[in-house]
Amino acid sequence: MALLEVSQLDVRFALRQGEVKAIRDVSFTLERGERLGIVGESGAGKSVAAFSLLNLISKPGFIAGGSVRFEGQTLNTMSERGLRKIRGNRISMIFQDPMMTLNPVLSIGEQMVECLKAHRRISSRDARAIALDKLRQVQIPSPEKRLDQYPHELSGGMRQRIIIAIALLLDPDIIIADEPTTALDVTIQAEIMALLLDLCEQHNVGLILITHDLGVVSQVTQRMLVMYAGRVIEQGPTREIINDPQHPYTQGLINALPQMATPGEKLNQIRGSMPSLSNLPSGCAFHPRCDFIRRTDGQVRPACIEQVPGFVQAGNCQAACHMVAELQEDRRLKEESQ
Amino acid sequence: MSMPASARVDNHIPAENVDVAQPLLQIRDLRKRFSLSGDFLDQLRFKGGKLVRHQEHVHAINGVNLDIKRGEALCVVGESGCGKSTVARTVMGLLSPSEGEIHFDGQRIDHLSSRQLLPYRKRMQMIFQNPYASLNPRMTIQQTLEEPLRLHHPKWNRQQIADKVEEVMRSVGIDPDWGKRFGHEFSGGQRQRIAIARALAVDPEFIVADEPISALDVSIQAQVLNLLMEAQHERHLTYLFITHDLAVVEHFGTRVAVMYLGTVCEIATTATLFSKPRHPYTQALLSSIPRLEDDRPQHIRLKGEVPTPVHLPSGCVFHGRCPYANPRCREEIPLLQMQHDGTHVACHAVEEGRL
Repeated sequence: MALLEVSQLDVRFALRQGEVKAIRDVSFTLERGERLGIVGESGAGKSVAAFSLLNLISKPGFIAGGSVRFEGQTLNTMSERGLRKIRGNRISMIFQDPMMTLNPVLSIGEQMVECLKAHRRISSRDARAIALDKLRQVQIPSPEKRLDQYPHELSGGMRQRIIIAIALLLDPDIIIADEPTTALDVTIQAEIMALLLDLCEQHNVGLILITHDLGVVSQVTQRMLVMYAGRVIEQGPTREIINDPQHPYTQGLINALPQMATPGEKLNQIRGSMPSLSNLPSGCAFHPRCDFIRRTDGQVRPACIEQVPGFVQAGNCQAACHMVAELQEDRRLKEESQ
Repeated sequence: MSMPASARVDNHIPAENVDVAQPLLQIRDLRKRFSLSGDFLDQLRFKGGKLVRHQEHVHAINGVNLDIKRGEALCVVGESGCGKSTVARTVMGLLSPSEGEIHFDGQRIDHLSSRQLLPYRKRMQMIFQNPYASLNPRMTIQQTLEEPLRLHHPKWNRQQIADKVEEVMRSVGIDPDWGKRFGHEFSGGQRQRIAIARALAVDPEFIVADEPISALDVSIQAQVLNLLMEAQHERHLTYLFITHDLAVVEHFGTRVAVMYLGTVCEIATTATLFSKPRHPYTQALLSSIPRLEDDRPQHIRLKGEVPTPVHLPSGCVFHGRCPYANPRCREEIPLLQMQHDGTHVACHAVEEGRL
């Protein structure tokens, strides 16, 4: 049994205009020590998926169906009391903006000690020693001094290191990191990502990394999910998806990167933009932007417009597209003709 | 471009001896300080029984020299706080420089009054980072696009203005029928197209784009970048492109200037910079781009973080984080020096051949 099993998760928001389905039919598993990336553009539902794992969806949102099982316990039906034993303790989270996560009126030391005391019977002195040890692990210069400093006295990169130290404080099994480096500069981002990767490997901690940056995902994770308009549209080993994406959206996303084009040439763009979740197209949600929706005779494929595609196995990957087999065949013919 | 010939001539600056070899924009020893100390009374402090005036400054730009040639896209890259946006704003006259000069097409423009600057404003336009903030929420798209035309072409009649608005809307891929809508009715990518249309409406020669695609999603970034490149080819535009995204620079830029803490540390053609970065900071910056190919990146680890621009380090601003720093780097400020292939690098280690 996997450490974390998410099956057919369905999260909705009850708005005045009606119910909006933020994510639908999201299923995945995470093994102990595994690193999983969830990729998508804004509005794809990746953050909602991450938040719903720990039942952190607040009203008007609610989990309408499916389950999140952690070591056999179902988290989405668990009491708040039970969840509190898991949140921060067994599964911890790292958010995008470290300034919003840290309490501005408590020193770093107080916040770390508070967190330890909430979960363990421990003296302040021991808690402080653990906190200091974790600050050393995240390679903060002069950690003793930092314990008595306040968040505003530290730089963005340093704050995010402290967030990582706090996430590791109780030796969790899983860390969920929601765009942990988006607010940081490239050189700092590279440092933080390398640190997170090292620590997860050292302590055998599982990582769920939510990001829009395909470069980061390919460097850090072993498996990835690609989300579009609330659904997982492709999943599998990261390397395989990056090297040979099956779904037209994943292909478009990778091909749109400037590094995939010759400098100065036109970039391969995906036309249009992501549909609003309250007004999704019928059938495959990607069909209005898809280049492969028409057959060679110019006819629109009816399945794309009428049916929501299920997963099709392709190698070790799964893609939710009606045309996976045909597209593979097309690519094979193209390669042969070259 | 389909424009009446008469309309194009009016309001144009008499450019007598246009020298094509002359750079379109020249920035000479530009410096910009921002005061942190408030007004005069805030600056007074008691020290040792005496009233002392105490002033502190953020040194945002410290002696930047740049030439932008006609038709090129000069990219300025650097991390937050390196002064790249301040350079852009100073060039556009949105900020006045503390020291230094800015020349546009051979004319000094940094000391002009806003009235004197008006004809230049028509020739240089700006695109901002956040299209959610740069469009007036109370104006329709039509009004937004008409405003610069009314200001810069006061003699145009209603039909001329309407024709021009329609033309720019088409050229950026926005349906002209949407003119009656307001900014909030559009997605981020469409808003940025409208912001680009507004900049293009007055047929500028020079566009300053300050992180124009950073606020957009990946699939939309490619659309907007393509649009900017198309506009450059069709209208022979010159760009000053500010960004932190090196992948975009590699694709888009003719030349690149790398900035660190208010100074330019390297200027090179894009191909040279990416194949052979000279300055230790450029090397570190390039090595930290997350790439798709390698799954175990070997990026150059820099010590510490960017120092505050309030108290600048002595000597080379990068010496505190540089793996090659020596005593000379701590004392003497390195100047940009031309290398044999035309790259300019400000580094003692490169100059001495240690690197």
